[in-house]
Amino acid sequence: MERHFDQELEDLKNDLLKMGVMAEEAIFASVEALKKLDPEKAKNVINKDKFIDDMENVIDEKCLDLLALRQPMASDLRFIAMVSKISTDLERIADLAVDIAQRVLELSGKPLLKPLIDIPRLTDIAQKMTKDAINAFVNKDADLAGKVILLDNEADRLRNLVQKELIEDFITKDPATAPRAVPLLLIARHLERICDHATNIAEDVIYMVKADVVKHHQ
Amino acid sequence: MDPTFKIHGLSAFYGAKEVLKGININILPNSVTAIIGPSGCGKSTFIRSLNRINDLILNFHTAGKVFYHNQDIYAKDVDVFDLRRRIGMVFQKPNPFPKSIYDNIAYGLRIHDFTTREMIDEIVQKSLKKAALWDEVKDSLKQNALTLSGGQQQRLCIARTLAIEPEVILFDEPCSALDPISTAKIEELIHQLKQNYTIIIVTHNMQQAARVSDYAGFFLLGELIEFDKTEVIFKAPKDKRTEDYITGRFG
Repeated sequence: MERHFDQELEDLKNDLLKMGVMAEEAIFASVEALKKLDPEKAKNVINKDKFIDDMENVIDEKCLDLLALRQPMASDLRFIAMVSKISTDLERIADLAVDIAQRVLELSGKPLLKPLIDIPRLTDIAQKMTKDAINAFVNKDADLAGKVILLDNEADRLRNLVQKELIEDFITKDPATAPRAVPLLLIARHLERICDHATNIAEDVIYMVKADVVKHHQ
Repeated sequence: MDPTFKIHGLSAFYGAKEVLKGININILPNSVTAIIGPSGCGKSTFIRSLNRINDLILNFHTAGKVFYHNQDIYAKDVDVFDLRRRIGMVFQKPNPFPKSIYDNIAYGLRIHDFTTREMIDEIVQKSLKKAALWDEVKDSLKQNALTLSGGQQQRLCIARTLAIEPEVILFDEPCSALDPISTAKIEELIHQLKQNYTIIIVTHNMQQAARVSDYAGFFLLGELIEFDKTEVIFKAPKDKRTEDYITGRFG
């Protein structure tokens, strides 16, 4: 039986999808700004963040309305509760894109310390994990969500590589490189945190679809 | 913990029509078990089979076993009168006797051989307190029970059931005729009563089942489709038919 409620759930799903796309675009734009060390692009990321913040408020309000007015049960309940959690992770992902943009502003006007190798790899993983997590949500695809979770270890490994290289090869040998090394180190950290939030989303998708709790079960 | 009821393959028939099909379920003491399902699924028949009140219906018969503390309640030597004293029942529509508030409770006591006036006074007061009605009626015990509001009448019926000290209380949609405030009072009461009683409640109101029960069973077309802890049933039911029913997709 088609329910009026189904349309409301569909609207909520579309709102979250819209927010997901905005978060993906924020990562992409911040990474573009980094590649070109372009302060204008970086500022653009920072300015657009308020739209994602607004979207989070809209989604939260809708979730609360549906909980109060529809008293959802079972898969409906899990869906709404997880949308509410996922929107928080998306908002944090967008904030991390802003953090990356701010690091770009710190770096701009100075030559890069070294050609970027592992950071672009980490960037690719962060973008893929975020995109796949959102797709897993939209398509209720627990298998895809499981694959997202598996990628997180690679993100941690790359972050550690970047960190080790910058500390051992640059900051320790020549502390004068720190102002150019630390922002890169932080960018790696921001990208790895984006992967953590994508992992959270994927875990929430698995709970939403299968009611299996996979969080903190490693 | 030994179950209060162990029900093995309980089937029930009105004439040739099978309305319960091989129900297996254990009911634990000091818990609230909610029975949910669409109209005609057999949920009322199920609880009415637990104190043999359906015996009064012509052509009704059962198959399978209902053990109440390891005693088969359908065995020949069972004292049905005593069984119904130990397994009380509260119905959908409040049904006080057209007598005073006091007599509504005293009546059952008198037929159960509580004879002294002091004893009856004490139990009337105690039962009305347990049913959260005492403060509202203590100054008007001689008033006709039919002058009470629907919610008060239902609590009086609960007091009447409690007076003869049953172990189990069967509630058959006890709030369907009540307003939200009276409903909230009955639900609060059910929470308190489970400390001392085993409670089974049939309800059409899913939110009520979720609010008051520890365990929930979903019946459909005479079958028990799923039985589990209430939070499992309402958060993550295993059977698609349960899911469809509790999310309103049914039909």
